[in-house]
Amino acid sequence: MALDTEPATAPPPSPEPVVAPKDLVMRLWRGDASGGAFSEYRLPKQEGEVVLDVVHRIQATQAPDLAVRWNCKAGKCGSCSAEINGKPSLMCMTRISTLPAEEPITISPMRAFPVMRDLVTDVSYNFEVAKLIPAFKPRPRDADGLYRMAQVDIDRGQEFHKCIECFLCQNVCHVIRDHEENKPRYAGPRFFVRLAELEMHPLDTLDRRDYIRQNMGIGLCNITKCCTEVCPEEIHITDNAIIPLKERLVDAHYDPIAWLGRKLTGRPAPLPAAQAREFTGAAHAQAPAPLSVQSSRDPSAAAEPGPGV
Amino acid sequence: MTDNERHDFDVVVIGAGGAGLRAAIEAREMGARVALVCKSLLGKAHTVMAEGGIAAALGNVWPEDNWKVHFRDTMRGGKMLNNWRMAQIHALEAPDRVLELEEWGALFDRTADGRILQRDFGGHRYARLAHVGDRTGLEMIRALQHRAVAIGIDVFMECKIVRLLQDDSGQVNGAVGFWRESGEFVTFGAKAVVIATGGLGKAWKFTSNSWECTGDGMALALWAGADLIDMEAIQFHPTGMIWPTSARGLLVTEGVRGDGGVLKNRDGERFMFNYISPFFAAETADTIKEADQWYANKSDFRRPPELLPRDEVARAINSEVKAGRGSPHGGVFLDIASRRTPEEIRRLLPSMYHQFKQLADVDITASAMEVGPTCHYSMGGIRVDADTEATTVAGLYAAGEAAGGMHGSNRLGGNSLSDLVVFGRRAGMSAASRALEGSDAAKISQAQVADVERHAMSFFDNEGSENAYAVHQDLQDTMQDLVGIIRVESELLQAKEKLAELKIRAAGCVVAGGLRFNPGWHLTLDLEPMLAVSNCTTLSAIERRESRGGHTREDFPGFHVEFENINMITRLIDEKYVVAKEPKPQMPDELAKLFAEEAH
Repeated sequence: MALDTEPATAPPPSPEPVVAPKDLVMRLWRGDASGGAFSEYRLPKQEGEVVLDVVHRIQATQAPDLAVRWNCKAGKCGSCSAEINGKPSLMCMTRISTLPAEEPITISPMRAFPVMRDLVTDVSYNFEVAKLIPAFKPRPRDADGLYRMAQVDIDRGQEFHKCIECFLCQNVCHVIRDHEENKPRYAGPRFFVRLAELEMHPLDTLDRRDYIRQNMGIGLCNITKCCTEVCPEEIHITDNAIIPLKERLVDAHYDPIAWLGRKLTGRPAPLPAAQAREFTGAAHAQAPAPLSVQSSRDPSAAAEPGPGV
Repeated sequence: MTDNERHDFDVVVIGAGGAGLRAAIEAREMGARVALVCKSLLGKAHTVMAEGGIAAALGNVWPEDNWKVHFRDTMRGGKMLNNWRMAQIHALEAPDRVLELEEWGALFDRTADGRILQRDFGGHRYARLAHVGDRTGLEMIRALQHRAVAIGIDVFMECKIVRLLQDDSGQVNGAVGFWRESGEFVTFGAKAVVIATGGLGKAWKFTSNSWECTGDGMALALWAGADLIDMEAIQFHPTGMIWPTSARGLLVTEGVRGDGGVLKNRDGERFMFNYISPFFAAETADTIKEADQWYANKSDFRRPPELLPRDEVARAINSEVKAGRGSPHGGVFLDIASRRTPEEIRRLLPSMYHQFKQLADVDITASAMEVGPTCHYSMGGIRVDADTEATTVAGLYAAGEAAGGMHGSNRLGGNSLSDLVVFGRRAGMSAASRALEGSDAAKISQAQVADVERHAMSFFDNEGSENAYAVHQDLQDTMQDLVGIIRVESELLQAKEKLAELKIRAAGCVVAGGLRFNPGWHLTLDLEPMLAVSNCTTLSAIERRESRGGHTREDFPGFHVEFENINMITRLIDEKYVVAKEPKPQMPDELAKLFAEEAH
């Protein structure tokens, strides 16, 4: 990430933004469930800022009621998810200097969730799904009151535990991104990670496989890896959580000989009709989305330096 | 206006970080109906930012460790101002609470034989911190969050509590708040209320704290007539990021030093050897050679001075910078790159690696970090009974950072996460016991509710141009400049005057826009608790005419005998802040003995 796109000494902050070539132009989506539009804000650049810093400066100087959800501003809580120039990202970990300098920076709320106001969405769907996950059920402790687990047996689980619940993976998952009707029967990538973490937990004793197959809708996922690409924690959602989970389900449900055959030929487990294609990269009329999620799937865009990529 | 949404519960827990979640779980498991009310979404509380670990004398790495050593380290770290009974309970119960987190799904890093691994941290004689890389808080909050969901606790998210409610006799019987999304008011009736709202760092300019840390619970308790204790004791964590400016204050875990990182000045000197106070001289290495041998052999060598308690290290860094030996951006260098392999650094400190790479374009496996002190933690808080976490107001309990006493004048790293679960559990237990014993439903005074609503709404009708963001910025400048890491009476008195002006300005803030998710309005209402706790800190700081732990007076250096047994109590009486000096509880002889027989 280069820093040299900015002047060595940043102009001092000014309450009255002056229009200058080095000004930032920010286009923020403002509105609520009934509709909205992009508003443009201009303000001077400051050294080393992330997108969330600029949003806060707009709040403090131009739009005190601008709604934005955030907590830690350190990439640890996963609250400030949004779509920055169409790319689903954390506002607190996206440096201004990594974005094209000559164009306005566009920020819109996550599209897969209903807008509450401005950049804040209603993510309650995720908290409802969380209640449906069959809880951890450990085996009894060893005789001395301890549990013993080898580090190598929990490495994978610890990768999954890095999840900060920013819900960016849910946001880009095309099973639900433009298909509200799938939400009641689909847990989404965040919760496949959660289920995988439980299934692979060395102490857990519950068999959730039938439940996952019947109630969590994992069959709808056809492993396009959009979730993995946006994960700010770089969790290998598809390869390390979803695919192994699918294999476990197949293992439990289908003929073991057929399963072995698939393993040997390297083909993935049987999947439902590939629905993904019909959503990929399509522009949608539905506001608020200036650009679709395509940038995260577009190979040329994926090569750009960006946070968490 | 008062026919608003109403919910009645046995126990209402305000705050859903580690302490609030643990309190809610305990109360629920005892059979109480529990509401968990939080300002953010569930799982986003400031606890997620805790990095290095949770201190508990499990003795997995050093069998010599036990609760007495942990107790002793905690008391000495707090410069003996701690409530001895809280420190004892904490040291005794922390191991069980850690094992319980594991039973709820937490995956701590392991020893070679499969037990929980423990790491070194400042002020702890033995490697004592159970951890998950450098994201222990996240692991803890998820384990608690999943447990809370599994046992069906009712969670009210993005709901800000504005005031507590009290019956005629003064007992707390509920709380009024509003939904941040809709701006609609909501009343909770409760037989007992637990405050677990965390700290107050957002009153300072450079802080590691998240936006939520505005002292809400401390102020709610104060307004309800409760005592606050030792509010002058603010911890400035020695290692916050200092560059880029927008990231200034962001925490750099003490785990960097626990895992071998060292502090250097501009000249490359390990300057901490020049700052070993007499209080810690006997147990601190005075040569680089000895310090470097300690990591592998704690019996024969003494601790490196980089691992002195946080107050000592923060003051040392401050002095180096002031003496002109700082780093280019006004901090010092924290070097792990020359001490560990890049693979080890990425494995032990993944989130620090990420944070510096992304925000500062610095590769910590190749070069040193620039760090400096950042406002991190409030040792002071609501005064509680050590065993029950009952405040001085009936029906009101407090735990976690919002409560005071446990850490004395300075907290050791790793003792916060353990504090949350040890005392969160006890607060939940006491609140549930009270609620389950009393059968009467809360008789809420509608007049009180109406007053709170009227007050909260009044900012929409204010006229003028005062802006909450500007007032907040001025408050942060005031506290940073005048009530910072080094204090002096003339500046504290200036701060007192400025706070009075800011209070008037805050009352005149004009809210633009509507009720729905309006951050300008939310900040206006967060300014009230921030100003209240800032006043308490400033007034206590004026009265404690000595230097102790997180309270350093340039005009009164060193401990003073007059204050060594004194807690500073702040109260609000007839709208006026009153500071009282009260004797701290005296520890029994068998515990006092632990300090007489010095180890080394």
